[in-house]
Amino acid sequence: MMDVAVIGAGVVGALVARELSRYELDVCMLEKADDVAMGTSKANSAIIHAGFDCQPGSVMARMNVRGNAMMDELAQQLSVPFKRNGSMVLGFNEEDTGTLQVLLERGIKNGVPGVKIVSGDEARALEPNVSGEVVAALVAPSGGIVCPYELTIAAAGNAMDNGVQLFTGFEVVEAHFENGVWTLVSADGNEVQAKVVVNAAGLFSDRVAAILGDTDYHVFPRRGEYLLLDRDQGTMVSHTIFQCPSAMGKGILVTPTVDGNLLLGPTSENREDREDTATTAEGLATVARLASKSVPGVNLRAVITSFTGLRSCSTAHDFVIEPSKNQPQLVEITGIESPGLSSAPAIAEYVVSLLKEMGVQLKEKADFNPYRRPIPRFREMDIEERRKLIAEDARFGQIICRCETVTAGEIVRALHQNPPAHDLDGVKRRTRTGMGRCNGGFCTPQAVEIIAKELGIPAEQVTKCGGGSRLLVGKAKEGDLDA
Amino acid sequence: MREIGAEMERELVIIGGGPAGLAAAAAAVENGVAAEDILILEREPELGGILLQCIHNGFGIHRFGEELSGPEYAARFAKKVAELGIPSLLSTMVLTLHRMEDGRKEITAVSSAHGLIRLKARAVVLAMGCRERGRGALNIPGTRPAGIYTAGAAQKFVNIKGFMPGRKVVILGSGDIGLIMARRMTLEGAKVEVVAELMPYSGGLSRNIQQCLRDFDIPLLLSHTITQIHGKERVTGVTISQVDEKRRPILGTEQYFACDTVLLSCGLIPENELTRQAGIPLDPVTGGAVVGENRETEMPGVFAAGNVLHVHDLVDFVSAEAELAGAGAARWLAEGDHAGVKLAVRPQGVIRYVVPQTVSLPADEDVRLFFRVGEVVEKAAVIVECGEKVLYKGMRPKLLPGEMESVTLKAETLSGLDSGQLTVRLEKR
Repeated sequence: MMDVAVIGAGVVGALVARELSRYELDVCMLEKADDVAMGTSKANSAIIHAGFDCQPGSVMARMNVRGNAMMDELAQQLSVPFKRNGSMVLGFNEEDTGTLQVLLERGIKNGVPGVKIVSGDEARALEPNVSGEVVAALVAPSGGIVCPYELTIAAAGNAMDNGVQLFTGFEVVEAHFENGVWTLVSADGNEVQAKVVVNAAGLFSDRVAAILGDTDYHVFPRRGEYLLLDRDQGTMVSHTIFQCPSAMGKGILVTPTVDGNLLLGPTSENREDREDTATTAEGLATVARLASKSVPGVNLRAVITSFTGLRSCSTAHDFVIEPSKNQPQLVEITGIESPGLSSAPAIAEYVVSLLKEMGVQLKEKADFNPYRRPIPRFREMDIEERRKLIAEDARFGQIICRCETVTAGEIVRALHQNPPAHDLDGVKRRTRTGMGRCNGGFCTPQAVEIIAKELGIPAEQVTKCGGGSRLLVGKAKEGDLDA
Repeated sequence: MREIGAEMERELVIIGGGPAGLAAAAAAVENGVAAEDILILEREPELGGILLQCIHNGFGIHRFGEELSGPEYAARFAKKVAELGIPSLLSTMVLTLHRMEDGRKEITAVSSAHGLIRLKARAVVLAMGCRERGRGALNIPGTRPAGIYTAGAAQKFVNIKGFMPGRKVVILGSGDIGLIMARRMTLEGAKVEVVAELMPYSGGLSRNIQQCLRDFDIPLLLSHTITQIHGKERVTGVTISQVDEKRRPILGTEQYFACDTVLLSCGLIPENELTRQAGIPLDPVTGGAVVGENRETEMPGVFAAGNVLHVHDLVDFVSAEAELAGAGAARWLAEGDHAGVKLAVRPQGVIRYVVPQTVSLPADEDVRLFFRVGEVVEKAAVIVECGEKVLYKGMRPKLLPGEMESVTLKAETLSGLDSGQLTVRLEKR
């Protein structure tokens, strides 16, 4: 019997679980995918927004500004790279200048620190590569960048280190509330019982809510396509460069990532298909065209990869975080669109306060450890740190991914440390193996071998991202000694 | 704690133990460098480089007058290096390269066996080879399922690891590795549905088109590309469209091919991250360093050869080029910088690039210029000039982008020159 079951291990679910792991509670995360951070948290703009976009007085505004302020400590505790690189919104004409003024006023009302408007020349003094056509810009120094799946992995891992259980491959398809207890049933017939349920199912939060008995939510996906560029483009800008926002979102941005790449995107398109993460030629062309408007010198030939993220939007255009109106012992979190990542730490804090009001006993654990032991990052170490690491474990001297300088030791750790990776993409997200310019051409065969060995499975059973995504179909004719 | 870490000094360090590195090392010894003053650094556990997974034949026709497999060709050079007593460090990855104030080069490398290695060398030969262009760089729209590999990764799975990456295959790009893998996958029982090539001509050798596609009835669609990849977990199919002369897909020409695997053979990129890090100027067209006739880069004492310099079609030419670099390094170690003048060599018109990019004069040996054309050209004269003076003129019946061409300039032809630049161009008949 769990005290709390959190449905969904995206950034919100993972941070809620971590927040709950401070207390003497039995907590679990139920995740339908093979890994954490497999929905919206996997593919988005990776921005910790300053908070000048949100309508003053909205839940969004409150959560964003609070979440932003919490990031420094959180990132430090979880050993997740986070950088306050500042945000800059470009104005190209008079209409834009008016919009910047509105954003400035919102920012001030929302309590965004240091937000101001500068001239085009001042903007170019800060960012020499932005367009010569920029006439004014809004600058918000508290804007930041973080890797969203890394933050999620770290939060889930730290929660697990503090006793939270993670069940992957657990898709909730049925739920009953009887005698004060929720029973959650997975697609393959497993059951989890819990006193309280938190629905943090993101893009599927309305469907999960319906399963739990709340049928009055609707979430729809907004597709956004992105281009990720090689590190040699990563210094084109230092701020996150936005164009003026519209009803469809914050516009195409150009931003460095914490890993030193340059990210361009997203497009913004409402669709009903919640699983369509295919990229399109038109979408990618739009990203390229609009990003070049902000930063004309960006080298679009340096693309390493492209991807599509699905944001979970609601017609109310605000976050919904509330105890269920229809069901007892249930908290619904839905409509977490942008700035969901920025707000996630504050959402987690708020959800815990709601649970307390609902009567969940919050007795602090004596041995809660807020610090997570990260997987060593060989590529970021100096010579002495590297020496020491290799002396402890020779596998840290074996480079598997050449482009990103990832060692065998790091891959092994990713397969065993909380939350353990089960597949090639899981290893990639934890270590950057295969994330470089060769797209895994050299390291994939070796990485597959390590995964098979560490998980104790034949190489043919190693998958790219769980389910039916097997990488190999069998042995080569000559190699099949059993045939 | 184990004793780890190493500090070493060498006259000559060779980065990469593939065909280029091995030939350069042997040539350096044959030109006077003591074997124990050389060190080869190789990231794989064996010498031989990419040849080890190229188990097909066709290597060594020019060099040895016989058809060898890749491993056989590599073994001849590995044996020579062993007989000469040239030491190497295997499973060792070079992390940094830079020039020290005293002109020596400092290299850091890492391996499980030795930990962090710091090396000081007077001369260096860069022989890191190349990598394949991957899906990301090609920007193919669609989903991101399992089953998309570069041809070389598939080759490693099949030939080295003994696994099949798929059963029903579409190949994008007609580079040589893609063609070889079309045959290889077929021989292993897979069905290769089609090879789609963006350009109106193949990027591979004519002999590979014949032996790997036509002989197995595998269709080659020129001026076609994949416009969509389908499949959520594993590839289920691709959409292939015809492209116009500007390489844009033509609406209405879409064809769907069911498959479980997509192999990419869309070009090779010299791996020059170390070169760039060291501040050595690169040729934007080749992607390799700018070099002279002895394959010395613009950084004195640093040489480059093989696919790290420019992508070759045949290993035979890699070996020959690496021997120039090895001999050049030996001479530089003995005599220092070349005292004469240096003339630039410039490609013109449809000639995309020429290697070497500079020639030092006076020349005491013949100089062979290697080049590639950017489109198919029939019946044309290759002309090398220096100002008004024609240094070479020779007819070619047909020039193909997929086949490297060369001209040899006699040392005596170059003897009178001391200024200007050499230009290489084609004159159509």
